[in-house]
Amino acid sequence: MTTASAPPRSLEPTPGQTVGPFFAFGTNYEKMHEVVHPHSPGALLLGGTVYDGAGNPIPDALVEIWGADADGTVPRARGARRRDDHSFTGFGRAATNDDGRYEFWTRNPGAAAGGAPFLAAIVFARGLPDKLHTRIYLPEDAEALAADPLLSSLAAGERATLIATRLPGGGLHHDIRLQGEKETVFLAF
Amino acid sequence: MTVIPRPPVAPESLLAAPDQASQAEITREIAEFHADFLRREAAGEVLPRTMYDFPPYRSSILRHPTKSPTLVDPETIELLSPAFGQRDVAAIESDLTLQHAGEPLGERITVRGRLLDSWGRPIANQLIEVWQANSAGRYIHQRDQHPAPLDPNFTGAGRAVTNDRGEYLFTTIKPGPYPWKNHVNAWRPAHIHFSVFGSSFTQRVVTQMYFPGDPLFGLDPIYNSIRTQADRDRLIGVYDHDLTEPERSTGYRFDIVVDGPDATWFEQEEGH
Ligand SMILES: [Fe+2]
Repeated sequence: MTTASAPPRSLEPTPGQTVGPFFAFGTNYEKMHEVVHPHSPGALLLGGTVYDGAGNPIPDALVEIWGADADGTVPRARGARRRDDHSFTGFGRAATNDDGRYEFWTRNPGAAAGGAPFLAAIVFARGLPDKLHTRIYLPEDAEALAADPLLSSLAAGERATLIATRLPGGGLHHDIRLQGEKETVFLAF
Repeated sequence: MTVIPRPPVAPESLLAAPDQASQAEITREIAEFHADFLRREAAGEVLPRTMYDFPPYRSSILRHPTKSPTLVDPETIELLSPAFGQRDVAAIESDLTLQHAGEPLGERITVRGRLLDSWGRPIANQLIEVWQANSAGRYIHQRDQHPAPLDPNFTGAGRAVTNDRGEYLFTTIKPGPYPWKNHVNAWRPAHIHFSVFGSSFTQRVVTQMYFPGDPLFGLDPIYNSIRTQADRDRLIGVYDHDLTEPERSTGYRFDIVVDGPDATWFEQEEGH
């Protein structure tokens, strides 16, 4: 971004808390998991399961994704919460179902300036005391993935937790593990 | 053909901690963990404001990461935020007392505040979502099994988009405390859930606003998953008599400060 440093902070941040068990009626909105219309060009299904440390699916998690459009541009038109069935808003939200599964209709994100394309993601859940940031990378561009500053700082097993699997039909599969052997890499900024 | 009913979504058994400790045990654990956090901090360890690993909150035991988060330079997408705007919510959505034919039961309150970044700059045009129990401590959510009455005139969900000065205002009723199954005789202090977007995705926060002087604060593992008393105090709305309206409602102030890496200082957003 820039090499100058920011001035000192003057305020302490408001700490986060768990989203709790009863978030659905407060956070649901129409077509919230349709970042693009399912029948629009390039639409694909991104889905996976959120697991706990015992390997059980988490049926009360909330996943949010935020990403650039296929050409790498970030949507800036206001109105990201309204779904008009043709605009790409970049943001989506999905609650996991009884089987711990989340699903989004979205497009392959483009990359910023030759980097490896990824979706920014946040996970919330009952029992999770605060939000967790992570990324969901596209699997294809091996060169860009190898050069990515985050991925190249990780061990192979950790790196794998951030890269989605391409499915034969063009969709993406990506599980998120809050704890355990294949625990997803979560991020601090 | 017989239709076999599906089991309810995430049955209550999932929500009950298996060990069902006593309140005294939970209170003791909370005190021990808080003391341990002070020791670890004094020894130089950097701990998060909200502890992911906080066993008194029993359902967190299998749901918190065990590895430290990986520190990363945010990319462009992470320094921007979904572009919300005034047209994303109708004005009436911020008044939770107007969503039905009649008035909900309970103490009518207003909650207002400013959305700010760490440098005190107001954040305009960002989405704040709230949800809460009714005045009897009952959620409209199907999974809430607490045998307190539902209020036909209260749903308990609202939304607002901050104005040019970063301000928001909700009109609602004061939620009641409610029991849960973390341990025997577990009760949550009254609270309103807040979901907040900043001008950067890294600033996203979901939290809870509490009410001053609640006797349940010291007993509640969720409130106490926040490590320091100073930070726990930040989640308590401030009673402000200047926000109280004669014959109408009492007023609380709840400013929300979203954190972000230094790079968020430089991100020039429209609306700043
Ligand atoms: Fe709650």
